Parts: sequence; C-alpha cells; structure tokens
Amino acid sequence: MAGVQINQLHKKFGDVPVLKGVDLEIADGEFVSFLGPSGCGKTTLLRSIAGLERIDAGAVTLGARDITTLQPAKRDIAMVFQNYALYPHMSVYKNLSFGLSLNGVPRREIEERVQNAARILQITELLKRRPKQLSGGQRQRVAIGRAIVRDPKLFLLDEPLSNLDAGLRVTMRVELANLHKRLGVTMIYVTHDQVEAMTLSNRVVVLDKGKVAQFGTPLELFYAPENLFVAGFIGSPKMNFLKVDARTVGARQIEISGQSLGLPITVDMRSELKESSAGQHTLGVRPDNIEFVSEADAHVHGQVVLVERLGTESQVHLTLDDGQQFTVITRGTHPVVANDRVHLRFPAQHCHIFNPEGEAIPRALDAETRSLIDRQKGSQQATGSGEDQ
Amino acid sequence: MGTNPDSAAQRSRTLEKLTPYLFISPWILGFLAFTLGPLLFSLVMSFYDWPVVGERTFIGIENYEIMLTQDPLFWDSLWVTIKFGLFFVPFNIILGLLLAVLLNQRVIGSGIFRTIFYLPSVISGVALVTIWAWIYSHEYGILNFLLGLAGIEGPNWLGDPSWSLLAIVVASLWGLGGTMLILLTGLQSIPKELYEAAKISGVPAWARLLFITIPMLSPMLLFTFITSIIAAFQQLTIALLLTGGGPLESTYFFAMYIYDNAFKHFEMGFAAANSWVMFLIILALSLFVMKSSSAWVYYEGEMKNKENADG
Repeated sequence: MAGVQINQLHKKFGDVPVLKGVDLEIADGEFVSFLGPSGCGKTTLLRSIAGLERIDAGAVTLGARDITTLQPAKRDIAMVFQNYALYPHMSVYKNLSFGLSLNGVPRREIEERVQNAARILQITELLKRRPKQLSGGQRQRVAIGRAIVRDPKLFLLDEPLSNLDAGLRVTMRVELANLHKRLGVTMIYVTHDQVEAMTLSNRVVVLDKGKVAQFGTPLELFYAPENLFVAGFIGSPKMNFLKVDARTVGARQIEISGQSLGLPITVDMRSELKESSAGQHTLGVRPDNIEFVSEADAHVHGQVVLVERLGTESQVHLTLDDGQQFTVITRGTHPVVANDRVHLRFPAQHCHIFNPEGEAIPRALDAETRSLIDRQKGSQQATGSGEDQ
Repeated sequence: MGTNPDSAAQRSRTLEKLTPYLFISPWILGFLAFTLGPLLFSLVMSFYDWPVVGERTFIGIENYEIMLTQDPLFWDSLWVTIKFGLFFVPFNIILGLLLAVLLNQRVIGSGIFRTIFYLPSVISGVALVTIWAWIYSHEYGILNFLLGLAGIEGPNWLGDPSWSLLAIVVASLWGLGGTMLILLTGLQSIPKELYEAAKISGVPAWARLLFITIPMLSPMLLFTFITSIIAAFQQLTIALLLTGGGPLESTYFFAMYIYDNAFKHFEMGFAAANSWVMFLIILALSLFVMKSSSAWVYYEGEMKNKENADG
C-alpha cells in the first residue's frame, strides 16, 4: 500500500490543454474521488496515473517510487473501467486469472487469489460463466475482482457505477465502501455524481478545466467551498448567487449591501481580514438556507414561477425583482404557490462571500458544523495512516 | 349471404402472412430464374451426353464414372487445386490479418496505406495478370532483374513446373485487400478498453494478439476462411491468362479443367458433372469448417437459454 503524489502534471491533446498543472497528495489507504463536470480532465488524470496516457510534464509517485515513465503493468496498480472491459470470450475465472498466468504466477497461487477475490465479491458460483451470462452488477463485481487479484498498491476506478441502474448503484456503492474498508488499499475513484463522491470518499478532488478547484473532505466542500466553482458545483439544487457590494466593517466582519439587497447583511468571517474588501463581490446562499419572511424583514423580493413538491420538501423557483432566477427549498407543506409574491431573508451565518476573483473569503462556521468537519478530517487521517513509509 | 366472419378473418390473416413475401418477390423471381433454375438444370445436364451441337442422350451416371475412374486429368487438376489452396488459404488469412493489424495502428497516413493495399482488389483481373506477367517474365521480368542485382540467377518462374504454382499463389495473394478490409473492420470493433485492461495486467503484446484479438476476430476469420477456400477452388483467371495451365499441367486448376471440358471439348454434360463434384467438395469443406467453428469461434451474441443470466 502506498500514497500517491502528483506534481505539476500537464497533459495536452493536440493543442488543447486538458490538465494544467495538477498537484495532489493522497495519503496511504485513502479513498479519494475525482469529481467534476464532463471535460474537466478527471478521467485523463486517472489514466495518466495508470500510465495509459503519456503526460507532457510533471511527476507521479506511488509510495516511494517514481512511476511517471513506467509501463502500466509495472506501476503496481489495478484499474476498473466504466464499461467493465471484461474479456467476453473468457469465463469469469479466466478473466480473473488471465493477467496472472501470463506473468508467471504459479498455478496454485492463481487459484488461491481467484478464489479469495471471488469469496470477497460473492461471485464464486459465477466463475464458470461468460460475461454475457451475467447481470450488470455481477459484471461490475468481476471487473473489481480482476483488480483485486493483482493485489495492487493503488486501485483506480473510472466511473464504475455509471452503467448500472439507480437501485443497483446504491447497493454497489455500499459494497465499494465496505471493500475499501476491508482491503485498506488506496483508491482513486472518478465520478461525475457528487452523491457518490460525497458518500464514498475520505476526500474529494473537484476539478475544473484541468485544474484542482478544491481538495478537501466532502463536508468541507459543502460548508466551506473555496471558490465560486466549487460552491456552484457541490450541492443540489445549486447555490444561489447575487452580485453585491462588500465593505469591511470590523476586524472579522464584512457588510454586504447593494441594489439587489433591500437590507445590508453583516457576516462574521473565520479569521482576521488582512485586506479590506471593496467593490463588487458575490453572495452565495444555498436554497435550503433561505427563509420566507415579511416584507419589512426581507433582503430580496420576488415572484414564484414554479413550485415542485417532493414530499419532505418543496423546491420553489422564483424570479427576483431584478430579474435573477432563484431557488428556495422549504418544508413540504409550505402553502406557497406559483405567482405568489414572496420576501426572502438570508441568515448571516449561511452567507458565503466571494471576492471579485471568485475566491471565497472564509466565513465563520458554527460550532456544530465545525466539529462535524473536524470529525470527518479525523477519520480521514485515521484511514490514511499518514505519510507512506 | 354465405360469408362466414371466421373465414374472412382467416383470409386477412393469410394475406398478412403473405405480405412480406410479396415485398421480396422480385428477388425471389430473380433467384429462381437465374440461380436456382440453372443450378438444377446443370444437375439434369450432368446425367446426359450433352454436346453443344448434336444429339443429347441420357446416360445416367456415366459422366461421373468416367471422371472418377478413367480421366487422370480430373485427379491431377484436383490435386493442383488442393496444393494451391494449401498455400493460398493460410497465407491469405495470415497476411490479411497482419496487414490489418498494421493498418489499425494510429499512424499518420494510415488512410492512404489502407487505400494502397486495397487498390489491387479493385484492379481488373486482366490488368493484374499483365502486371504479373511482366514481373515474372523470364527475359525482361523485374523480379529476375532485381534478383540479378543481388547476384542470384532467378528461375523461369512461369516456365518451370516447380515454381509456376508458387508464382500463381503469390500473384493471387495480391488481391488480399478484401480479406484485409474485413479483418480491419473487425479489429476496429474490438473495444480498446480490453487492450488497456490487458496492458495494466501486464499481458505482453503477443499474448494480446493471440488471446484477445484473434478470439474476438474469430467470426471474421471464419468468414474469410470459408470464402478463401471457395476462392481457391474457383481460381481460374490468373492461371488461365498467366500460364494457361502449363507448364506440364503444373498450374492446371480444377476450374480450368471444367472450362476446357465445356468450351474446348464442348462436353456440356461432362462439364456440368465436373461442376457438381466441385460444388460438393466445396460444400463438404465448408460444412466441415462450420462444424469445427463451434470449438474456435466466439460469437458476441451467443448465449444459450439454459445458462441465461439470472440477475
């Protein structure tokens, strides 16, 4: 087992830069997801670690070994592909043992490793079948089994659940989490599904246009996004944004106001502000942090366009007076209907403020949230046994 | 008013079943008139003494008897054809596969190479033979000229019975563009992830070819195997124009034997019997290959019901 270090990794396809200087340090035994929209470079980054893409610059280290220029087979890794990539003409047993038998592993050891992987994944009865005779979930298990028998230092998983139906995806998600716990090996998981990333990972790498937008625990990404991209990408429905003017009013306080805001809001920041803020900033508020209030107490006003009733909650889509679209999540039985005029208030502790460059000015977190994030970080450190060797 | 509603419904059902056949009827008519008809007609002919001009007499299986017991040319030409096939079929497939594998690499200009290698397959047989006649010519042929540069005195390729068949094998392999194209299409339909998974598992390149490419390609290999056998048995143009069957009948193919019986000796009945023997040989070989295929051909869609997926 080993941690992974990536330094200044660059990759171009033709003239198009896909990865623009990626730096990452993944601890031994950690489960890390690469999350981002299509085309952000997450799969390319994974394939570069696997050695399936030749990189233009940078270095990849696994444990104490520089693997940047090694052949994929020499890297001590295993990879699970999105479409499973099972050899259709071979039995499940052959699929698992094929690579081993060509690498001079003794027959008895192959048998042992295959049976062991099959037991872990509960596919022992399927060993004689061909991939065509398996269901999607079973195929996925065989693909994972082919990775397990290699006994690698690093597992790479490229959107392994995206070809499964919704119900099976949830089951396999739990199985993957258990597998990681059981094997204790470092795993990197590529996905565009933030629920998968948030539930499976110790930490998540959010990628945007070939760069790391943020690398943190799932709750950090949600409660303390470092920039507009992460704030807008994590969480569903999306965070609402509003252009505002910001002004430093105390050592750790910023007051925001502006044409769109009827009343100013004073937000407590995490640490002392080094420079005073001025000019146009962006206010971000999550839909479920917005309150319906009376006209006098409101920060903004708008008209309801559509109410989606989801049972436990209602998603209210509205147009603010300045024409902006907004989403508010309220309780399932809230009586609001389309065309209602509504008044919204943004509680100060839920306001995210971003400077003109789109970077977050870290806000103060309440004790509960802070301890939750700390606990998640702690468990991440417990899983990853720190630095390798 | 005797119309029974049941029989009316039945009639409309019958019509419904007939509709698809009506749609393909032009093809069926063509097939009956131009393929199945002549085929059966030739079978009838084979039991006759059937000169082009003159009286036709029913002689039973005498044509077959003469062919098998009294005409050494039948056995000789069959043997030439089999020898040819033993060279042509494996080389056609192996070279076609190697070319396809090469052309499947992502290199600049692979499209141009594909065109170049396929070009001989679109050239007319006569032009092809003319080119090869120049290449092989004993006096002014480029092959012997090049061999001469290397200090080797080339044989009389088309005039020496020990070289002539080989010369024809090589010339006919020029048309392996078709085989190559079919195999290339097959190669391109193999998911590239299979190779990537194999690379990560440390499977060397030769094993990827042997254990992934060839099994995945086996349906196309089966197809080219059978069509190559048929092509070998039907080999006529190149030998007819290049050597005329000589020297010493070393390139006297079975198809040429049929051709001579029909259009030189005007023995239509005898030639028809020859053709039927050739047909039966090809049929038997094809059936044998098809039967053996279940052991070595992998079909993507193949799935026996009793072993069906249960989840």
